[in-house]
Amino acid sequence: MQTQPHHKLTKYLRTDVLPNAFCAGCGGGTILNIFCNVLEEMEIDPNEIIAVTGIGCSSWIPSPYLKVDTLHTTHGRAIAFATGVKVMKPKKRVIVIAGDGDLSGIGGNHLIHAARRNIGLTVFLVNNYIYGMTGGQVSPTTPYSVKSSTTPYGNVERPFEIAELVAAAGADYVSRWSTYHIFQLKKSMKEALNKNGFSFIEITSQCPTSYGRRVGMRNGIDQLLDFKEKSIGIKKAEHLSSAELEEKMIVGKLIDRNRPEFTDGLRRVNEAAAG
Amino acid sequence: MEDEIASLGAVIGAVWAGGKSMTATSGPGFSLMQENLGYACMTETPCVIVNVQRSGPSTGQATKAAQGDVLQARWGTHGDHEMIALSPHSVQETFDIMIDAFNLSEKYRNPVIILLDGEIGHIREKIVFPDPDSIEVIPRNIAAGNADPFGGERIPPMIEFGMNQQVHVTGSTHKPDGMRDVSTMEVHDTLIRRIYDKIDSGREDIIKYEEHFTDDFDYLIISYGATARPTMGAVLSLREQGIKIGFLRYITIWPFANRITKSLCARAKKVFVPEMNLGQLSREIQRFTDKEVVSISKIGGVCHTIAEIEEAVVSNI
Repeated sequence: MQTQPHHKLTKYLRTDVLPNAFCAGCGGGTILNIFCNVLEEMEIDPNEIIAVTGIGCSSWIPSPYLKVDTLHTTHGRAIAFATGVKVMKPKKRVIVIAGDGDLSGIGGNHLIHAARRNIGLTVFLVNNYIYGMTGGQVSPTTPYSVKSSTTPYGNVERPFEIAELVAAAGADYVSRWSTYHIFQLKKSMKEALNKNGFSFIEITSQCPTSYGRRVGMRNGIDQLLDFKEKSIGIKKAEHLSSAELEEKMIVGKLIDRNRPEFTDGLRRVNEAAAG
Repeated sequence: MEDEIASLGAVIGAVWAGGKSMTATSGPGFSLMQENLGYACMTETPCVIVNVQRSGPSTGQATKAAQGDVLQARWGTHGDHEMIALSPHSVQETFDIMIDAFNLSEKYRNPVIILLDGEIGHIREKIVFPDPDSIEVIPRNIAAGNADPFGGERIPPMIEFGMNQQVHVTGSTHKPDGMRDVSTMEVHDTLIRRIYDKIDSGREDIIKYEEHFTDDFDYLIISYGATARPTMGAVLSLREQGIKIGFLRYITIWPFANRITKSLCARAKKVFVPEMNLGQLSREIQRFTDKEVVSISKIGGVCHTIAEIEEAVVSNI
């Protein structure tokens, strides 16, 4: 009988459901790896975390693999469910990890309203530019003209700039990094976890199976190199025209502020009402 | 919350985080809630949903009363499931039934729907609040030790978030420990039949109804919700005229009160069912009797009058 190899991070995982179901070259494992390192370095007790997810590959990053309380919800509704969890347990770290299709497509309404409320959720939106699990259908982040299984002649819609959208909606903390930027991403996750209000990271991630191979990047590494190539720091980007930024991916911290948090407000109102 | 989909989602999240939770809506919002209602059935989440039925489909007659969501409450979400739905006929009963609804939801680990209608939803009546100490509250059954939260027993105990037990809750088919297994036929069969059976086998405990004049009757009238009020007026008037009519009022709509329906209908020459829809529950009643079931349907946003029900009965006997 094989025994599980010991690793300092296996304590954060449900080892009985490993190996994971991610395709070869997927970025999901990288994000799980970084997040477990963050828990280790910040000395966060996993029992303080409640992970809420939707439907899709990216929702599998914490559910079922992360050994914490996990609520695997209906498609697109993770933030709505997480809102109820956070209201009941405001002291817990309620974390949502899900994909672009889930959080910005079917659940786009919940995303902007949670940011507007500035509820203290930590949300990692894993953007692989496509509905990956269901076979590569066009998502709200699929770039213009890309051929997907539902846009065989090319996408005629322009994609969301999700991080900018969430910042405009009112979140306390917003950043964008990719699975290429592992150290910056780790630092950003720590910052996000330390915020009281709504914190959000758009994590651009590779999907060789359902996206990469449609755009000439058959292996995961091809997309990682592409992220490296096209990313530009937010400070540097300020000096460039929109035409110059057309093919670029702006990375870095978009917003970091401290506005009143939703459950704090609820508690104040409840206390006032109780006299 | 931003919409009714989010409302029921937040309710379910709050329940797993240890709260007792409910939401209220009318027809269009109830339609939006159907997917998460199924999630609550599948994850056995105790919660309460109030649907003040209004005239539909679609926007229909906004704010006008109807009883058009009776079958939607039973079958609205996809897949095999059972449902508990209660329909009060007064403000006092609405208050009392809310307590029953929370108790039933905890006892059976199932969502409970309050099928109110626009008439009762808008009415103002005097109510008496009971002494809080006299109210029976059924607490949540929390697992002691490491019991399985999704199987083992017909109604398994819950493990909430924050109990340091890393509970895994999913709307996908799952094993008794909560872990997903969507490919083993037996796992799905065992789970869904158990969720179905826990309500089906609790019928005698769940089902509530009221009988009037059923000691001695030739004809039977069956009603529920706001419609039960003019029905009672018609029954009193008809009996004064010498027409022996009995009255069965459902308080529990689902699971369906099949036993009392069957036994009373067997003794009646004809059965009358006034409803503010095109005969939704009269179809269900007909399944349990070979007697003629006459639907006295009325739509348009206004409740039946006593005279309308009386006339419908008299002209059909």
